[in-house]
Formats: sequence, structure tokens, C-alpha cells
Amino acid sequence: MAGAETLNTYRGGADENGHFGIFGGRYVAETLMPLILEVEKAYAACQADPKFAAELKHLSTHYAGRPSALYFAERLTQHFGGAKLYFKRDELNHTGSHKINNCLGQILVAMRMGKTRIIAETGAGQHGVATATVCARFGLKCVIYMGAKDIERQKPNVFRMRMLGAEVRGVDKGTATLKDAMNEALRDWVANVDDTYYLIGTAAGPHPYPTMVRDFQSVIGEEVRTQLQDAEGRLPDSLVAAVGGGSNAIGLFFPFLDDGDVKMFGVEAAGHGIHSGEHAASIAGGSPGVLHGNRTYLLQDEGGQIKDAHSISAGLDYPGIGPEHAWLHFQGRITYVSATDKEALEAFQLCSKLEGILPALEPAHALAYVMRAAPTLPKDHLMVMNMCGRGDKDVFTVAEALGTKL
Amino acid sequence: MSVPKLNPENTGNRIAARFELLAKHKRPGLVTFITANDPTPGVFMDILEGLPAAGADLIEIGIPFSDPAADGPAIQLSGQRALKHGTKIDDVLEAVREFRRDEIDTPIILMGYYNPIYHYGDQEFAEAAAKAGVDGVIVVDLPPEESEELHVHLRANDIHMIFLSAPTSSDARLPTILGKASGFVYYVAITGITGTASASEDAVKAATARLRRHTTLPIAVGFGIRTPQQAYAIGKHADAAVVGSAIVDVIAQGVKPDGTVEKGLAVKVLEFVKSLATGVHGTWP
Repeated sequence: MAGAETLNTYRGGADENGHFGIFGGRYVAETLMPLILEVEKAYAACQADPKFAAELKHLSTHYAGRPSALYFAERLTQHFGGAKLYFKRDELNHTGSHKINNCLGQILVAMRMGKTRIIAETGAGQHGVATATVCARFGLKCVIYMGAKDIERQKPNVFRMRMLGAEVRGVDKGTATLKDAMNEALRDWVANVDDTYYLIGTAAGPHPYPTMVRDFQSVIGEEVRTQLQDAEGRLPDSLVAAVGGGSNAIGLFFPFLDDGDVKMFGVEAAGHGIHSGEHAASIAGGSPGVLHGNRTYLLQDEGGQIKDAHSISAGLDYPGIGPEHAWLHFQGRITYVSATDKEALEAFQLCSKLEGILPALEPAHALAYVMRAAPTLPKDHLMVMNMCGRGDKDVFTVAEALGTKL
Repeated sequence: MSVPKLNPENTGNRIAARFELLAKHKRPGLVTFITANDPTPGVFMDILEGLPAAGADLIEIGIPFSDPAADGPAIQLSGQRALKHGTKIDDVLEAVREFRRDEIDTPIILMGYYNPIYHYGDQEFAEAAAKAGVDGVIVVDLPPEESEELHVHLRANDIHMIFLSAPTSSDARLPTILGKASGFVYYVAITGITGTASASEDAVKAATARLRRHTTLPIAVGFGIRTPQQAYAIGKHADAAVVGSAIVDVIAQGVKPDGTVEKGLAVKVLEFVKSLATGVHGTWP
């Protein structure tokens, strides 16, 4: 969809009511409304307090291991014979993905609010592990909601969460995946409003979550800006990231949104292919609607019922996308493309063999797009892809898909 | 933005007329909730048409949604049963139309989540609902801050938008809700999902007293009312008691594992509604 007029800035959202254009907002039951207004107030107070930033910076450096490296993927670059490819190595963070960036930020907000019990939803388990990790670190009670289907396909992460002291509650309702885990977390929150903080893992949900998560993840793009300046003396030509809810992507993209020459590509999961109907590409195959507190692109039927998503990647298996992505798509600032299960599996194997890096299936989707695009681009084209998670958790899924018994 | 308010005494709308009648008889009302087409379109219609005679003073019909994040297991399952029949908004409106052929006094309130309505079109929905004979709409995930896009069309079609207030709605926040409210105020008695915990009578007494300091609209109290005794206790303090999950549970008990419905289920459900009505009307000879 072509956007409206070119804007002076793409970094101004959300507005005071939490909207990005027609997207975003606070579509929650009245019982939760006072809570999310309280979260908004608490987050604003944190933003205004230099001590909060200092504390987060300290934890990011000494606990999570930031900054993560910006790595020149030399052999893949040679292999593609086109664009010069860099990986932002967010899979090297503590807990193995970018999710820790957001969890460290939000846990500090939660503690300032005096909350003692943390709940979260998780798909691939990356956010659940990161949440369980920060709860262990700060001695807070932790309950993770996870679809029964995801528990089955992400066993290693379930065990990790339990080792970290979290209670993992399986959700067998609906499609037993991430969206149902989110419904169940919302139901928990509404019943435990006094002591509980809902630590949402992606840049979606009611305001202020999409903005707050974006802010905590923007460290990714800010580091890239500095690191690429050091390595190449200039800005990137293009940025590529996988998009489920879209937190790693918005974290990489946001600091560059007003650099008009930097092209950006969000890669949705096309599952068995957009035309098969079995996919998780909300922009390519969905339409605007309201779910989980925000208006955004959703997979839905003609009656407005939410459809099942499908992706080999549990982390992308969600029928919606963060509202800021919906808006940036609508404005035409970011291009959203997709990659199938099969393409992601090919990328997974190629990256493992040529770079010695097992990518998570989520960034494997981003790499699948890179595989298509990089060979067509000139050698002086600088491309940065967010390697947002490591693939150790996915070895069982990949083995099964390749017909190998472990 | 200042919002034009519907006149609560508006006699053009059945909700105001019904609460006036209840006030005249000095008794609280019973509001019953069932999901459209649960367990089947036929049995649902039998239940719906029997509700006024069984003692329901106002009727809420749930529009089923795939992701009812504010509902407990009972209403989640009832929505899934309804969706198995492919239930859409047009089917719900058709049921209301059919009901209205014989019944012109009992208010009908549609209750659901915003996405199916948004997908249908706010204006199209408001116009079609008015034509079918709908009197009020409750959209669980449209708080006052997000309600205007639909509310403007409901107002234009003389349909009340019923807002929820909750134990978490502070005195500072209540004017935001009640400034837009018309028809009646729906007080969610517990912090939780439908069909789980129950509030104490004392808590409801305090809550309704607090609400009445902010509004002259009738107050209906729901969430957690399961028995005639509870309905009686709530009715002492509220203008109406809402019962949903407990009725839906009776429906669920009549659905066999293979999805077929036991004979006489509609009668059984209506008997239960009668017992609730006896409870609510316990204050009225």
C-alpha cells in the first residue's frame, strides 16, 4: 500500500493516546484500563530519571553483555557475490536472543511500581527464558504462559525456564500457540491486578507496550549506527530483520527511520506459502483489525474471527504484527516481504555451514530474504541483518523437518 | 470533546422504559446472558424466545469471538460452540429480528469484542442493529478512550453504548466512563474474568453506593452471580443482576461429547432462569 505524504519524521509515534495513525491504541477491558495507564505513568517517570537509564545501562553491559558485535559475514558475502553483509549479533546476548534487552528494561519498571509477581507469554520460549532470567536475578515470582503446541516443540526452553524458577503454564485453548498464551496472560492479569506486572515480550499489545518495547530494543539499531560508522565510515544501505510481533525489527529499524536513504525490509513468515493460507504473514495476507489491545494487521476471516497462524518458527507463529510496523507499512517507509518455512530451513543450513553460526528459525527467515536480495545488489551495498537469536533451541524442529531422528 | 448524551429517560428506547417499569414496581431486574447460536441455532432460538416469560427483564446476546480475553472457560467454550455453526453478526441480528416479531418490550443488548464489529463496519453495524431491534451494545475491549468511532454511529441510531466499570475504576476515572454512559452502567463486580470468583454482598453494596455518587443511571452488576441467593443479595443494592456463565454452564451440560444436544435442554435452561428470577424478584411480592 502506498503511504500518504512523506513525513518530516517517522519517529514521532505513538501519540498521547497510544496511536500510530489508525493503528495501536488501548483496546482493553475496563478492569485493565487503570493498570495500563499506571504502566504508562511509571514508564514516563523512568524515562525522565537518569538513574533509570544508568541502571539499565549497567545491567546491559555487565549482565546481558552489550554491546553485541557487528560482524562482517565474509563467507556468506562471497557466496552471494553481491551486497556486503553484516550480522548484528544479538544472539550473543545473555539468554541467546534480543529478548533480554526488553526484559531488563521492563523488570526495572515493574520493580519501581512495587510489583512482586511477573507474568509473560512466550512462543518460541525466548521471551519466556529472558523473563524467567530477570525474575531469577531480582527474586520475583514468575509465571509463563505458553501454548501446549509450543511447549511440545520448544522443550529445551521449557526446561530452562523451570530451572530458572519460573512456573510454565501450558495453554490448550484455541490453537494452543502464542495468541492463546497472550489471551491467558491477559486473563491472569485481570484477576491479579494488585501484585502482578504483565511483561509483554513483543512490540504489540495496548499502549504503552509497543512504544516501551521499541525503546528498550532500540539499543540494537543505535549500536549498529556507531559500529558501522567505525567499520565502514557510513550508514547502511539496507536493514533486514524477521517480523513476528516485530520487536527485534523495530529495535534495529527505529534509530534509522529518518535516514531516508536507508532501506528497510521486515521479513514475515510465509509458512507453506502465502497462497496456501497456512502462514503467519499479517501484512502480506491480513487486514486491519483489533486484537490483544491494539489495532493492527491481523489474519482473520470474513467475519472478523482470528485465523490460525502457521510458521515453522514458533516465535513468528502469531496472527498479528506490532502496530508501529502496521503504520510504517501503511506509510510506505518499510517494505515487508516474506519467506517460507522451506526457505528459512535452507538459510538455517547455509549459515551454519558457511559462517559457523546456527541462527534461530526467526532470523533464518530474515536470512532467507537476504539470500534472495544480496546477489542482486552491488558489492558496495552495505546490508545489516539482525541475527536476533541463536538456533540451539530449534535443533529438534530442524532435525524433524530434515527427516533426521535425534 | 464534549459528547451529546442520550436522555436516560428516553422512552424511544426499551432500556429506559424497562428500568422505569422496574423502578415503579420497586424491584430489581434480571439480566441474562447467552451466546448467539449456542449450542445450536435452533435451541438458542427456543431459549431466547422463552426468556421473557421465564423472568428475564433484559437480555444480553453474546456475539462469539475467537479470542475472548476477558472471559472465563464457560463463555470461551460457548463462543467456540457458536463459531462451529459459523455464527456471524448477520446471524445474530437475524435472531434478534425473529425475536422481535412477537416481543417488543424486552430490551436486547449485544455483547462482544470489537474486532467482528469493526470488520463489519461501525456504521453498517449500528444501522443494521437498530433495524433488527437492538437497544444496547457492550463492547468489552472498547474502553471510553477508544469508543468514539463506534459510539458516534450507535448514538445516531438511538442505540445505547453500555460501558463497564470495575473495582479498579477509581473515583478519578469514573467521570471518564460515566460521561459517555447511557442506558445503564454495567458494574463488573470482581477483578477477574467471567464465571470465576464472586464478590461479597458488602463489596457490591459499597461499590454501588460509590457509583451512585457519580451517576443517576441504573446500575447492573455482573460477574460471579451464579445462584438465586446471590442474585437476591445483589438485587438489594443494584438495579439489576446479570447472570451469564451459570446459564451457559447449564447449556454446556446439555451438550454431549459428540456435539449433539440433549432433548429438552431449552426447557431446562429456562427453568434455571426462572429460579434466578425468583431470587432477584425476592424483594418484590
